[in-house]
Amino acid sequence: MLDATPKNIVERKALKINPAKTCQPIGAMYAALGIHNCLPHSHGSQGCCAFHRMQLTRMFKEPIMASTSSFTEGASVFGGGANFKTAVKNIFTLYNPDIIAVHTTCLSETIGDDIPTYISTSEVPEGKVIIHANTPSYVGSHVTGFSNMVKGMVNYLPKNSGEKNGKINIIPGFVGPADMKEIKRLLGIMDIPFIMYPDTNGVLDAPMTGKFEMYPKGGTKVADIIDSGNSEFTFAIGKTASEDGATVLEKKCKIPFKTLYTPIGVEATDEFLVELTKETGKEVPEEIENERGQLVDLMLDSYQYFHGKKVAIFGDPDVVISLTRFVLELGMIPKYVITGTPGETFETEIKSLLEKAGVEGTAKAASDLFELQQWIKNDGVDLLIGNTHGKFIARAEDIPFVRFGFLTMDRFGFYYNPVVGYEGGKRLVENISNVLLDRIERDCTDEDFELVR
Amino acid sequence: MKKVINRVLEKYPAKTFKNRKAHIVVKTEEEPNPVIQANVRTIPGIITSRGCCYAGCKGVVMGPIKDMLHITHGPIGCAYYTWGTRRNKAKLEKGGQNFIEYTFSTDMQDRDIVFGGTKKLALAIKEAVEIFHPKAIGIYATCPVGLIGDDINAVAAEATALYGIDVMAFNCEGYKGVSQSAGHHIANNVVFSDIIGKGTNKEHKKYAVNILGEYNIGGDAWEMDRILTKIGYNVVATLSGDANLDSIQNAHTADVNVVQCHRSINYIAEMMETKYGIPWIKGNFIGVTSTIETLRDLAKCFDDPYIYERTETVIAEELSEIEGEVAYYKEKLEGKKAMLYVGGSRADHYQRLLADFGIETIVAGFEFAHRDDYEGREVIPSIKLDADSKNIPQLTVQKDEEKYRVTMTPERYEALKSEGVPLAYYGGMVKTLNENAIMVDDLNHHEIDELIKSLNPDMFLSGIKEKYSVQKMGVLSKQLHSYDYTGPYAGFRGALIFARGLEAGIYTPAWKYVTPPWKTEPMLEGKVVGGEE
Repeated sequence: MLDATPKNIVERKALKINPAKTCQPIGAMYAALGIHNCLPHSHGSQGCCAFHRMQLTRMFKEPIMASTSSFTEGASVFGGGANFKTAVKNIFTLYNPDIIAVHTTCLSETIGDDIPTYISTSEVPEGKVIIHANTPSYVGSHVTGFSNMVKGMVNYLPKNSGEKNGKINIIPGFVGPADMKEIKRLLGIMDIPFIMYPDTNGVLDAPMTGKFEMYPKGGTKVADIIDSGNSEFTFAIGKTASEDGATVLEKKCKIPFKTLYTPIGVEATDEFLVELTKETGKEVPEEIENERGQLVDLMLDSYQYFHGKKVAIFGDPDVVISLTRFVLELGMIPKYVITGTPGETFETEIKSLLEKAGVEGTAKAASDLFELQQWIKNDGVDLLIGNTHGKFIARAEDIPFVRFGFLTMDRFGFYYNPVVGYEGGKRLVENISNVLLDRIERDCTDEDFELVR
Repeated sequence: MKKVINRVLEKYPAKTFKNRKAHIVVKTEEEPNPVIQANVRTIPGIITSRGCCYAGCKGVVMGPIKDMLHITHGPIGCAYYTWGTRRNKAKLEKGGQNFIEYTFSTDMQDRDIVFGGTKKLALAIKEAVEIFHPKAIGIYATCPVGLIGDDINAVAAEATALYGIDVMAFNCEGYKGVSQSAGHHIANNVVFSDIIGKGTNKEHKKYAVNILGEYNIGGDAWEMDRILTKIGYNVVATLSGDANLDSIQNAHTADVNVVQCHRSINYIAEMMETKYGIPWIKGNFIGVTSTIETLRDLAKCFDDPYIYERTETVIAEELSEIEGEVAYYKEKLEGKKAMLYVGGSRADHYQRLLADFGIETIVAGFEFAHRDDYEGREVIPSIKLDADSKNIPQLTVQKDEEKYRVTMTPERYEALKSEGVPLAYYGGMVKTLNENAIMVDDLNHHEIDELIKSLNPDMFLSGIKEKYSVQKMGVLSKQLHSYDYTGPYAGFRGALIFARGLEAGIYTPAWKYVTPPWKTEPMLEGKVVGGEE
């Protein structure tokens, strides 16, 4: 397993090996799936669309519907305008979405296709709408693509009618459908009227009914996104994935916003709820307080298995920052924390968390899994947390492994359970302690094989 | 069936209607070999399953070569999506290298797009050489590389001179051609020109064959190897499943080429025949009947009593090993109806395997095939190359006076051909297709939806993009690209693994829970809780 990875580390400036990120368009496609009755459209070669649909299907085990402009060499030379217009006509005739969410690719970006002009000269049926986001694959990562598509939604849809709707806006960040569901549940319990977008709950975790729905019941309705221009306040959850959208919304519709950490673990969830309370005046009810109490109870029951354990974490900036906080809350040491997504904030944030906790660790953005494995080879860890690709390192280096984040493609039901909120925290404690205990019980002698833990 | 097709087409806008009509035909008694439109552009906006040129080149043909280091020159996505996703299995050989668990990219950034990416590419090659010391490196161009004019061929030539290893450039930008197919051709050209024939093996093994167009998905190549070795053949090279560079470099020492996937590799088969004199046959190791047929065809190519005898002995042994279970699964599966939409050769291979178990194929389609894969190679002279195909270089090949060998006399060649041995011939999907079945090219989501509604099949065998929409409709859906993460499906044992999977899929109890009881049973027997008495 990964036998070609040497222990000796050579600095690399050009070669990326086993990335901890992918490209913008897949994030844009994921975000667009969070709009009800929306068909994501990939403006580029058909391979991009095929790759993204395949990869998202591998994670969610659900149909991923998206169309493509199917560029050929001719379109690459003469521009993709004709392809775009044909695509729009076919899409509305055949698939009848309320909205087409177009994202670009490195191909259409490199040739400089002007999407707003294409949209304005396309035949759009009455009551339908096309939005777009520029998502050049050579900038940022899939998280940037998600952020750009959210920005695209804000650019085109929200309208300030001058009359407030008494709601708050939530941009949930690049998290799974179960996390979006959990955020909605918490808001529901707190009796806070809200508009959240995107929302992949009910789209990428749709039930089996015997009937295929091209557009499942979930997703934020276009009307609600339009109405988000009348909301009181916006919470952007996750700086990398959500802040840009909230900023544009503030500028466009004069809605103030605050950026929060993704509510993973005790502190980040506490902050999330406190901020909600401050903004809306609604108190945190007993039901949620009980969930918090259970999580803390669980942490106190199990702390001895966590305390002082060294962890390597990789994944997307917003969720990894919050997860790092949580492993610190559990008494663990986040020894290596990386993301493939470029950007300086990540390192600053992680370093300040480490400093505050008084533990030593390495944080790096724009890193890759090859580098992470080399670090582990030189100085090992007790636990690895990350997406499916991590299991190869876990096997090669014989480390307990917990799956976390985008893209987790090798476990069923993964996408049904949240990591956010206290409930998500409980699930993480269970998952982490399970793999640590399994390891102890795999390696110990018969006489040390304990009945009770 | 014509009515069904009309229903499928009726929703299309006029232009799309006209286009798609030519891609959907029915095999009938009156029209046993209908003309089909294939290998042309997909209409924009149609939810197609097709991929790109890069996917066909790096993803399909080159990626499986395990000890070559494949660097994708482009933004990160293309390398990421072809990382471990195709299930082309590979084993580390003693003293060898295996990069299958890795993906390498230049991760181009906006400054590389603006100022050019060749410097970064050259540096990436340098880093790869220093860290991994690979035998050879492949550079794969993605869409923006061609557009900004990065000369990857010059970078490759420079690196070859600098490091003394083969560094090969593949101009497989995603927008080239109309599907993965263009990428296969580009890969074939480089493998043929720069790898095959470079081997220094002077020893010529007895009963030496190559398997072309076999990518070891789920371990298929290993099952083929097992059977062929048991008979007494020496498999020199498999292109390209679990392949190492050395074996491909020596592929010219084989006596016969067996072509499994015609679409992705027929170029090499043809060119090797011209250059090295190696005859090729179209084989198929998917399905029990097909495997037996292929083994017998191959034996005829050698025309050796030992091989004839071993072939029959092995067939008998293998059959006796599986016949009990085959009978069991046949009973379970007989009479079921299947729709197939996969690949450029697979839908043909699998209709044969399904027939082994009494399953009738009612619709069969390819994703990126050409007309010859549907109608047979006899139509090749009548295929007009359009602009998209003309952009893919066609190599001019000459006889290699030093390495050319006559492994079969011209008389024997002709005799075998007239006996029906598929020498340099593939009859295409249509020959085996059931009468009244629909043959369709570049099937798309709308058509799948309509065909399932009209024809109500018991199973739909396709790829991952189709799998879950079909499953949601309550129809069993299995993946024939990735085998639903099982396999092998090839050979005698593989046929059983395939049948087991189908049986499990059809008979899993979960299907009966799709509709909750309160949707079908009267539920108003009790009191309404909370209601007034």
